[in-house]
Amino acid sequence: MIKLIWLVPLLPLIGFLIIGLFGKKLSKSLVGIIGSGVVLGAFGVSLGIFLQLAEGAEQSTTIDLFNWISAGKLSIPFSFLVDPLSSLFLLIITGIGFLIHLYSTGYMHDDEGFSRFFAYLNLFIFFMLLLVLGSNYLIMFVGWEGVGLCSYLLIGFWFKNTAYNNAAKKAFIMNRIGDLGFLLGIVLIYVTFGSISYHDVFEQAKSLATGTPVLTAITLLLFVGAMGKSAQLPLYTWLPDAMAGPTPVSALIHAATMVTAGIYMIARSNILYTLSPDTMAVVAVIGVCTALFAATIGLAQNDIKKVLAYSTVSQLGYMFLALGVGAYTGAVFHVMTHAFFKALLFLGAGSVIHAMSGEQDIRKMGGLKKYIPITHFTFLIGTLAISGFPGFSGFFSKDEILAHAYEHNKVLWLVGVLTAGMTTFYMFRLYFLTFKNTFRGTHEQEHHLHESPKSMTIPLVVLAILSLVGGLVGIPEVLGGHHFLEEFLAPVFDDSHFRLVHHLSHETEYILMGVAISVMALAIYFAYKTYVTDKKLPAAEGDELQPVHKLVYRKYMIDELYEAVITKPLNFIGEGLHKVVDNQIVDGLVNSCGYVVNGVSGVIRKAQTGNIGFYVFVMVISIVLILFTQLF
Amino acid sequence: MITYLFYFLSFLAIMFALMVVLSKNPIHSVLYLVLTFFAIAGHYVLLNAQFLAAVHIIVYAGAIMVLFLFVIMLLNLNKETEPHKSIWLKASAAVASGLLLLVLVGSLRNAELITAANPYNPSIGLIENLGQTLFHEFLLPFEVASILLLGAMVGAVMLGKKNIK
Amino acid sequence: MSAIQTIPINWYLLLSVVLFTIGVLGVLFRRNAIIIFMSVELMLNAVNLLLVAFSSYLSDSKGQVFVFFIMAVAAAEVAVGLAILMSVYRNSKSTDINDLSRLKG
Repeated sequence: MIKLIWLVPLLPLIGFLIIGLFGKKLSKSLVGIIGSGVVLGAFGVSLGIFLQLAEGAEQSTTIDLFNWISAGKLSIPFSFLVDPLSSLFLLIITGIGFLIHLYSTGYMHDDEGFSRFFAYLNLFIFFMLLLVLGSNYLIMFVGWEGVGLCSYLLIGFWFKNTAYNNAAKKAFIMNRIGDLGFLLGIVLIYVTFGSISYHDVFEQAKSLATGTPVLTAITLLLFVGAMGKSAQLPLYTWLPDAMAGPTPVSALIHAATMVTAGIYMIARSNILYTLSPDTMAVVAVIGVCTALFAATIGLAQNDIKKVLAYSTVSQLGYMFLALGVGAYTGAVFHVMTHAFFKALLFLGAGSVIHAMSGEQDIRKMGGLKKYIPITHFTFLIGTLAISGFPGFSGFFSKDEILAHAYEHNKVLWLVGVLTAGMTTFYMFRLYFLTFKNTFRGTHEQEHHLHESPKSMTIPLVVLAILSLVGGLVGIPEVLGGHHFLEEFLAPVFDDSHFRLVHHLSHETEYILMGVAISVMALAIYFAYKTYVTDKKLPAAEGDELQPVHKLVYRKYMIDELYEAVITKPLNFIGEGLHKVVDNQIVDGLVNSCGYVVNGVSGVIRKAQTGNIGFYVFVMVISIVLILFTQLF
Repeated sequence: MITYLFYFLSFLAIMFALMVVLSKNPIHSVLYLVLTFFAIAGHYVLLNAQFLAAVHIIVYAGAIMVLFLFVIMLLNLNKETEPHKSIWLKASAAVASGLLLLVLVGSLRNAELITAANPYNPSIGLIENLGQTLFHEFLLPFEVASILLLGAMVGAVMLGKKNIK
Repeated sequence: MSAIQTIPINWYLLLSVVLFTIGVLGVLFRRNAIIIFMSVELMLNAVNLLLVAFSSYLSDSKGQVFVFFIMAVAAAEVAVGLAILMSVYRNSKSTDINDLSRLKG
């Protein structure tokens, strides 16, 4: 089965080519079948590989496909690396990818860009698979850029809307900043180790001392790339705006898969990070700050997708916190559970928006419970999972991260718990405002309220089940469970773990869990009291807000800050360069060339009389002159 | 004897050539040019190029000049239709060609005579010799020349047609 | 008995230079395209004469073969040239080369 790995990215590529080239001629149902079918096929192969690895096949296989770049000493094969980490990501990408494709056949059914949408989605899956499968940093970079491109195309999918286009451009440009860091990191890796293949780099890195400056530089540069792609402070502002894309895109790209690329990259390079504690500290601090920061913004948002977007940023911060404290397994675990419940929440939100005929403001919803029962039920499961309700998937992954954070630094743990409480609060706020109480929209909207078609509810149910049981692969030892995931990923993180190993006592772990659960319960209680019992509503548009509330509602004015600090000066400099250097100097030079040629030729042109006699005369005189100079 | 013959033929050639350029009537020019060609053919005979002399008469005097004559008559140019150039233009033309003559003649002064590679052979101008050279050393150019003539023929027919659609 | 033994080649050089210059004079002097054409033929013949003279003096028949080729080219040139002249005349009712100056771009 491992030999068939090339099929996994190839199938979505074929799907993209077929749909991209002939999409206009194919019927919608055929496009849907091809688009989803290729991803299902890729999922089948991935599942086979995963099972083979779980049963103890060789843990790390490199499959050379062809020689890609060969120039001088630089030789980069196009090869795939199959190991537990990449196979787990394969499962997440193709599995959730398939469910979202299925969902999209229903969600996008009436859109005129139906086939274009599926072509982009398939292309995205292809690049994402390339990103996680590559056996060296360059293939990862190709996938990295490719998913960035697809993200751009899909955010700006409804390209007739200028605001959406601007959101797409914002995402693309912000990612460029991070990508530059990533690229510099790759170059530095090549300069340092003379190779960019994971195997060679990690083998050589093992022999370096902890805290070697060059390793710190490499890991920091790579982390800049991760900051861009995974929307960390200060490069996170593109992700909330990216909600301009269709909801399945938000679920697939901007929640479940692409934004976790940064986590994958750091988990993949875990040895490098373990060896540079300074970078680890930076990662942890940025992660926890992002988590807290985004969570506070999430408290005050009224757009159902914006809330989820900030929650995604916050959860990504959580994952970086896990990476920063050395809990690589915890981070990957959280990537997996987050992929389940956040995709579920986004798709649920999509279903709500579908039912509300495009309305996204939660102040105009309410009481949807009885109109769309399946969506309501699955959304509730997703909310419980993200809040870390005991038994749900989010509980186990969050608990693991918090336990590691506590071991590492008490402050990190405290902020983590606080963030978890806020997450619970705003998610339940969202849930209560959307589904409880009475409907607050117009009569027309109420009339149209309906449950979504089967193609949309089936993925919801499947994801709900996964959100419910997904955590069971990583039950901590203290609860008498068996941490299957840790065992499975052990070969990848082995070298890092023996350096970081230390364990909490069982009592401490029980206490930590208790604290987390009680904070969560408290947050649910407050949310219930505020939005169900007291039936409070978020302030309407234009109302005067408390200064702090206003600041949070306006997202800490970060966009405005960037506008003032970066965009305005850049525009100013650009304007100056345009007016002085370009208009005056460059244009002046170019135009004066033109004027000179024009003037001179105006004089010389007089010689071109068109009179043949004159031409012959000049020719004879010239011949005489030439002969004269040559012969005498 | 030969020397006098050379002087006589040279005098004829130069005089007729001048008449070609100077006579007003194009028909007269053509006839003078034919006479010039005869004089040049006489020079060819003096130079032991008898076959070439014959070909020269046939091709130039017989074919090319007849073509000229034919065209002039077809276009009805036998009148002195040509407007006169101004005296300045004529003077400048004379000066320019005089200068050219001066430069060319002047260049001959320093010319050195190269010695013949082969011994004197009076029969090189005969058909047998020429044919050997033409069909041994210059076979490809000879064949290519036929393509040139074919192309010229097609081109002339195309240009000569009244209305090319 | 032939000219080769008695007449120096310089005489032939001089003769053909004079003929050539007369051809150039014709081209400069006249405005009738047909006369100009004939002057060009005269220049070609001057060159032919020189080729034959050298061929005889150096006892090398290649020179005379070149004269054949020049004749072929001249024939082709005359055929096409006169055809062009015909079509020019059809359009402008004249063979004056100054009329062609309106071909100027």
